[in-house]
Order: sequence, then C-alpha cells, then structure tokens
Amino acid sequence: MPVYYLEIIVVALGLLMLMIDAFVKLEDKRVIAWIGMLGLAVVFVLLFRVEWPESTDGAFWQFYSSGDQMALYFKGIAVLTTLIVLIMAADLSPLVVEQTASPAPGAHRQAGLGEFFALPMFTCAGLMWMASANNLVSIFVSLELVTVSFYIMVAYLRRNVGSLEAGVKYLILGALSTGFLVYGFAWLFGITGSMDLGEIAAALAAPDMNPTAALFSFALILVAVAFKVGAVPFHFWIPDVYQGAPTPITAFLSVGSKAAGFIVFLRLAQPFLSSGALAEKVTLVLGALAALTLIVGNLTALPQKNFKRLLAYSGIAHSGFLLMALASAPTAATANALTPATVIAFYLGAYLLMTLLAFLVMSTMRQRVVSEDIDAYRGLFKSSPFLAVTLLIAMASLAGIPLTAGFFGKFFVFKLAVEQEQWFLIVVGLVGAAAGFYYYLKVAASMFLEDPKASAGGDLAVPIGAVTRIAMILLIIAIFAAGVYPNLILGLLR
Amino acid sequence: MSLIEIIVLLPLLAALTIALGAPARLTALGSSVVVLVLSLFAALNFRFQVEGAFQFESSRSLIDAAGMPEISLAFGLDGISLVLLLLSAIVLVAAVLVSPRENAIVGSSRLYYLSLLLIGGGAIGAFCSTDLFFLYAFHELALIPTFLMIGLFGRGENRVRTAWTVTIYLSIGSLVLLVGLLMAVVALGGSTFAIADLAALARSPETGIAAERQTWIFFLLLVGFGILVSLFPFHGWAAPAYSDAPIPVAMLHAGVLKKFGVYGLIRIALPFAPAGAEALLNLVLVLLLGNIIYLGLVTVAQKRLDRMLGYSSVMHMGYIFLGIAAGNKLGLAGAVLLMFAHGISIALLFALAGSIRERFGTLEFAKLGGLAANAPRLGLLFGFAAFAAAGLPGFANFAAEINVFFGGFADAEGSLGWLQWTTIIALWGVVISAVYMLRAYRSIFYGPAPAKLQSKADLAWPAALPVLILLVALISVGFVPELLNQYIRHALDGFFLVTPG
Repeated sequence: MPVYYLEIIVVALGLLMLMIDAFVKLEDKRVIAWIGMLGLAVVFVLLFRVEWPESTDGAFWQFYSSGDQMALYFKGIAVLTTLIVLIMAADLSPLVVEQTASPAPGAHRQAGLGEFFALPMFTCAGLMWMASANNLVSIFVSLELVTVSFYIMVAYLRRNVGSLEAGVKYLILGALSTGFLVYGFAWLFGITGSMDLGEIAAALAAPDMNPTAALFSFALILVAVAFKVGAVPFHFWIPDVYQGAPTPITAFLSVGSKAAGFIVFLRLAQPFLSSGALAEKVTLVLGALAALTLIVGNLTALPQKNFKRLLAYSGIAHSGFLLMALASAPTAATANALTPATVIAFYLGAYLLMTLLAFLVMSTMRQRVVSEDIDAYRGLFKSSPFLAVTLLIAMASLAGIPLTAGFFGKFFVFKLAVEQEQWFLIVVGLVGAAAGFYYYLKVAASMFLEDPKASAGGDLAVPIGAVTRIAMILLIIAIFAAGVYPNLILGLLR
Repeated sequence: MSLIEIIVLLPLLAALTIALGAPARLTALGSSVVVLVLSLFAALNFRFQVEGAFQFESSRSLIDAAGMPEISLAFGLDGISLVLLLLSAIVLVAAVLVSPRENAIVGSSRLYYLSLLLIGGGAIGAFCSTDLFFLYAFHELALIPTFLMIGLFGRGENRVRTAWTVTIYLSIGSLVLLVGLLMAVVALGGSTFAIADLAALARSPETGIAAERQTWIFFLLLVGFGILVSLFPFHGWAAPAYSDAPIPVAMLHAGVLKKFGVYGLIRIALPFAPAGAEALLNLVLVLLLGNIIYLGLVTVAQKRLDRMLGYSSVMHMGYIFLGIAAGNKLGLAGAVLLMFAHGISIALLFALAGSIRERFGTLEFAKLGGLAANAPRLGLLFGFAAFAAAGLPGFANFAAEINVFFGGFADAEGSLGWLQWTTIIALWGVVISAVYMLRAYRSIFYGPAPAKLQSKADLAWPAALPVLILLVALISVGFVPELLNQYIRHALDGFFLVTPG
C-alpha cells in the first residue's frame, strides 16, 4: 500500500466520525471516540506495512518526500499522540459536555461532543502530511491544516472563559506567525526560484547566492517555526494556552504540534545549515535561541504552582534541549558522529512517551479534582498509589533519570553538543537539567512526602478507566524499555 | 544469563515483585542473601592466573545504528570491582536485616523495601558494569529512592529539606560527571562506551587525549565524582543526609554508594586522563587535607552520635583520596582496601547507632552515659566498631590505612615532595579520629548515666546478627588482608598508570 494512503485513511476516518455524529442516533457519543481509536490503531499497524511509490516526479506526490524513514517515524508519533488524545478526550467527556451542551429543549444530551472527537483526526492528518512535506507549499498547507484545527479545539469549551481566552490568544499569535512564515517563504522563493527543498538547498549552496537576503528569509522563517515549537522569546502564548485549553488538547499541542514543528524546523533549517556561507551564522542564531529557551524555560518552571503551567514551561525547556541538538549540527561530516536529526527524533519519541503519560494521569485526576494545582496532588500516594507511581515515573523520565527514555534523549543531546564543542550551550544545558530535577521532583515530593490537603475535598481515590489504565501501563513499559534498550526507538528510524 | 547479570538483576527484579505485591521483607532478605552467596561464589571462582582486566564477562549490545555510539549492557569483574561487590552485598544484607519489620514501618512498607533494594541494586550494578554508560546509569538509579526514603521514612523535622539537599547535590554532581564522561568518550573517538576499550585507547599515545583536554576532563570528573563522594568542599550534603536518613539507607549510602565516586576516579579518571591527574595533583592534595583535617575537627565538635558518624565518614574519604593521589600500587591498593574497610565499619557504626536510638530514644552525647553497665553487649560491639574506625590494628581499616601512608612515601627519593608533606599532615587525622571516637565511646558507654535515662534491655543476639556479620568481615580482613589484597593486586597489575610527581 502506498504510504500516502495513510493520510487519506485518517481524513476519511474523521469524515466518517462526523457523519456518524450527524446521522446516527447515538445514546452515548463516546462510541465515536472508540471508533476513532480503533481506526488509528489500525493506521498505526499499517505504518509498518506501507511501501514507497515508484517515482514522484511530476505527479501530485512531488510534494511528498519519498523513501524517508524519518517521515514515517514522525507519522507514527502523530498517530500515537492522537490515539492517546482521544483516550483522554473520552475520559473527560462529561466535563466537555458540561461546557458545550446545548440548553435548547430536545437537544441531545451530549450535543457538541462528537466534533471534539472528530477534529483531532484532521489535525492528525495534517501532522502526518507535515512529516512528509518536502516543498514550501506542502509545508505551508499542512501546517495550516494543523493550526486551524487547533484554533477550534483550544477554544472548544465555549462556556469556559479560560478556554476562550486561550483560543483568542492562540488565534492572534498563530495568525501572526503564519504571516512571518509566508513572508519568509516568499523571500526564499525569490532568492532560489524554487519551492522544492532539495533545489533550495542546491541554490543556497551556490557561490553566487545572496547571503544577506538568505539570512533575512531564515530569520522570518525562524520566527514562525520558533513560535510553533515554543522557543524563547516566542513562547509567551504557551503557558496561557496550555492552561486554558482542554487537557487532551493541551497534550496534543505539547506533543503532536511540537513534534511536527520540529520536523519542519529540521527540514527548513537543513538547506541553510548545509550552505557553507550561511552555516556558521545560522548555527550561532540557533545556539542563542537554544540558550535562551533553556534558561527561560527551566528557570521559569521553578516557581510554578499550577501543574499545567509547569508542564507548559517544561515543554519549553524540552524545546531548548531539542534546539541545542539542532544548534550542534556538525559543520563537517565526521565518522561516528551523531546527527541532529536522529537525536531530535529520538528525543521526541521519548518526550511523547513521558509527556503523554503525565497528561494521562492529569486528565484522570481532573475527573475528580477540579484544581490543577500541584498542591491538589498532595498525598496522592496514600490514596491512589498507582497514579502516584505512574506520575513519578513520568516525572523521573522528564527530569532525565537514567534507565528511562528521557535520559537517553538528554544523553544524546549532550553527546552531540560535546562532539561539536558547544561549551556554552553545555553549561546552560547543565543548569537547565539541574533545575529540571528540582521542579519535576517537586511534584513527586507533593505526592509522596506530604499529607492530603484537607480543603481539597473529595476523595483522591480516583477511578481509572480500563483503556486509560492499559495505555498508562504500556507507556510505562515503553519508557523503561527505551531507557535500557534505545534501539527500540532508533530501530524505527532506519 | 551470566553470573554477574543474575547478581545485578536480582535486586531489581525483587524490587519489581515487591511493587507487584510480594511479601516485602521476605523478598528483600531472600534476594540480598542470594546476591551475597553468588558474590562469594564469584570470588571463589576468580581466576588469578588469567591476565586481563575483567572476568565473568557478559555483554549485550543495545544500540545498533549508524552514527550511534556502541552502548552495551556489559558486566564483568576485576579485583577492584569484586571487592566492592562483596562490600555492597554484605552491607545490603545487613541493611535489610536492620530494617524494621513491615508492621513497624509507618507508611508503605513496600516502598521502604523496594527503595532499599533499588539503592543497593544500583550500587551493585554500577560496580559490576564494564560499560561506562551503565556504570553511570546504575548509580543514578539510587537517586529517587534515596529522596523518597529520606523524605518519607527519615527522622527529624528537617527530613524533607535534607532530602532536597541531597538530591540537588547529587543530581548536580552527576550532571557535571556526565559532561566529563562524555568529553572523555568523545575525545577518545566517541564510538564506544566499553571501559576496557576506552582505557586501551587512552593508553596508546596516538589515540590518547591531548594533555590540555585531559586537565579539563580530570577536573570535571574530580568535581563530579567529588560531589558524590563528599570531597571537601562539596561535602555539605553528606552529614545531614546520614543523620536524617533511616538507618539502613545511611548504611548503604555511607558504606557503599559513596564509594562509587572513588571507584570512578580509580576506574575512569586516572586511566583516561593520567596527565590531567598529574596536573591537578596539588589541588587534590589540598582538598583531601580539607577532608582529613578541617572536617576531622568539625567531627570532633559534633554533639550527636549520628552527626558525628556522618562527618567522620566524610573525613575518612580523605584517606582514600590520599591513596589515589599517591598513584602507586601500594597507595591504590590501600585506597581500595580502605573503601571496603570503611564501608563495613561505617555501616556497622550506623547500625549500632540505630540500636542505641531505638533503645534510649536519643543520640545526643549529653543525654547518654553509662550504657555499658546495663547493655554490655552493645558496648562491646560499639567498642569494636569505634576502634576499627579509628584504625586500630586487627581491623581492616588499619591494614588499609597503613598501605595508604606507605604508598605516600613509596616514591619519595630522599627529599620530601608535596605528596609526602601531605601524608605527614594527614597522619594527624589518625589522632583526630581517635579523639572523637574515644570521646563518643566514653560519653555514651561510661560515666554517670543521666537521671532521665531509663535502662533498657541489652542487644539480643538475634538482633545483633547484622552487626556480627559486619564485624566478622571487618576482623577477618583485618587479620588476613591478603583475603582481599590478592584480588586488588591482580586488578592493579592489569592497569597501571603514570606515577605522578
């Protein structure tokens, strides 16, 4: 089966879910989510069975990179993320219904829930296409497909002021960054006369290229992409949007959107990094961006009291480590050296496992505990040891404790940086990682070392749905397995 | 599965089964006894006639991708790691025996035993790894269990604060260490993490690390390992950690885990960056005098037994560093033997301090006294332990320290260098440790008993079992140091290094 069928299947699945929502009388609309999960699970299996089309020359699929294992890997990340997002969305459906149900008499009890399950499917298709995009046009279109569907999902809880505020912020800043992206693309096209990334790379490497104009276009593109991945100083939307958006959507933003953002970043930066005249300056800018992101992300995370905001800043901090890998791109090909692409791909795979695990615990907690403060998790170990241990594992992996997947991610980043002798970034990265130990363990300390808060009310013994529990256990196993045997993830990249 | 793989994985598997519901104390005790038996079995089957560093080797490649370094789950033993494996196994058994029974633990007894096994298993894994990656990773395994043990089951009002201090110190130490290790690996080609291969690369003049880079690498490794081993001035975490931690954790940490730092210096830093070691020798000498003299005096000033023991354990690290600084076979052999001796004796002292607190409710010297009258057994055992720690002949500590001091002078030809002067000053540390140990002994076991102190029962023999295990190990090595020296010598013959100075 040709690889591009996958996106078509996912879109068709999304359309099917919308049709079911509109035309089939369902007592419980969570059935739609289950259909989506099932479909995505099938797509995930199909990922291992696809083949690449013979030739893409001249066909519509010229916008689609071929024979590219990395693209397949990122498609897998997108599918897996969407699958877990749907699990969370199904868990949290009572909350969504509360905020969206129609007050009109005779309306369906769960009116407005169906789209909440169908929209992620379109985002997923966009993310998958983004992974394969090798052309400025296809990059832009897929990016917009993702962004526009996020505009809706972030503001989905329409009776919740926080969600609306997040939606507006995301819309305005997102639109602005899109503007930068298009402007940058226009310059790039003007300099190189091509939309194809391969031809652009060749044109940028040519001796008669205008470096000033090229750097200008790079700067414009950088602004837009840095916004998507949440690099400082384009990160201001992240904490507010993460906090306001529905929890499953926050998870989607922080994993799916970031992963896709980074593969686009990699693809767009590659022509600049491989151009002799530009590489040094581009690396410098990327290094500065990485250092800023590491410092601000990690240090601002320290005093956070809200768990969602903590995860938002932690997401920024992780972007910093990923940028550190990108900024350590080898200028000359050396044997045995790591490449930023592999390191980033591995890091994002590990990041997916641990961040989604944390969000799964959080969305489970959210069903019982209204507050999202870290304080609300006090004494969790006494009332639900399973959730507490699960979250502890997620935090340990995020902090980068060895023998978890998160450690290998950081380990490769640091090794790459040492190979490229980026001493300044290494020092900043060390400070960041040390701060990380503190703020991730703060959550653990609250769960294990403190007594339950009297005022939190309610019983902290949270029921966990069967699917959610299975997903958690699988993620835990994957975190440890990849933490001891990184080939588990690296093998997918070959 | 090779023998060493079983030894390393057993505590971790036991921890997993405890998490899944197996009876905690029984599983922990069973697995740690099996580990001890298997380690003794490994020691008996050690082949002295075989050249080469590691025995009982096993290796499983974990990364198999272009451009990626080779990392494998590789274990093996040479004489040094064998001695430390024995130390870990003995102390782990004693620590599990000393732990309270399940119903006496406030909170989750499962978490208690599980953490204990992870701390012990991490140390064992680190000592048995022949792959740099896992040497580092296994040591880190103890980080979160230690945090939870001190914070949840520790003593005193400051325990959460202490848990934080320890964790932050150790995590910063290990991050610095990570960078140092990566720099060394990258400077040696960056394609393998196998310690033996790296050491071979470092030894050959073509592939060895440039001298200037070696200084940096050694410096980072010294700081990183130094924090883990509470080298002056990075010792701030150690004493409060040991006094606030539950007794078994203090035993494992002070006795075993801390030795990882010194082990790393001997195993990694010296062979990889010998020129760096030489360049920074004087710095090391100053720092180790800080440990011996300054922290020795701090130890004398302590008013509580657990704090005093914590500081004394920090102080004794100075001697191990002195043995390493000497850099010759004698000094290094002494350092390794001292790691064993100190590990056992400090675990013994902490175990006894635990019994004293359990019986009399306090460890403050001012509130204790005259215990020998109604707890003679406790007094006798504590006396042995205190004499051992002070370095009296007949205990392993003496055999080790004498080697260290001779090592300091072994290379002196007529004139006294920095190293020899340092050794002469460090000798005064022996007086200092005799002062505080004897003072502690006197004020706890002799003199008038404070009126409030209720007389309690003496140590029963079954409860003394862990103490006796430790004491037997200490005395037998003390009288026959050759028991361990044969292994250590074999290892040092394997990799010898540039003599500094």
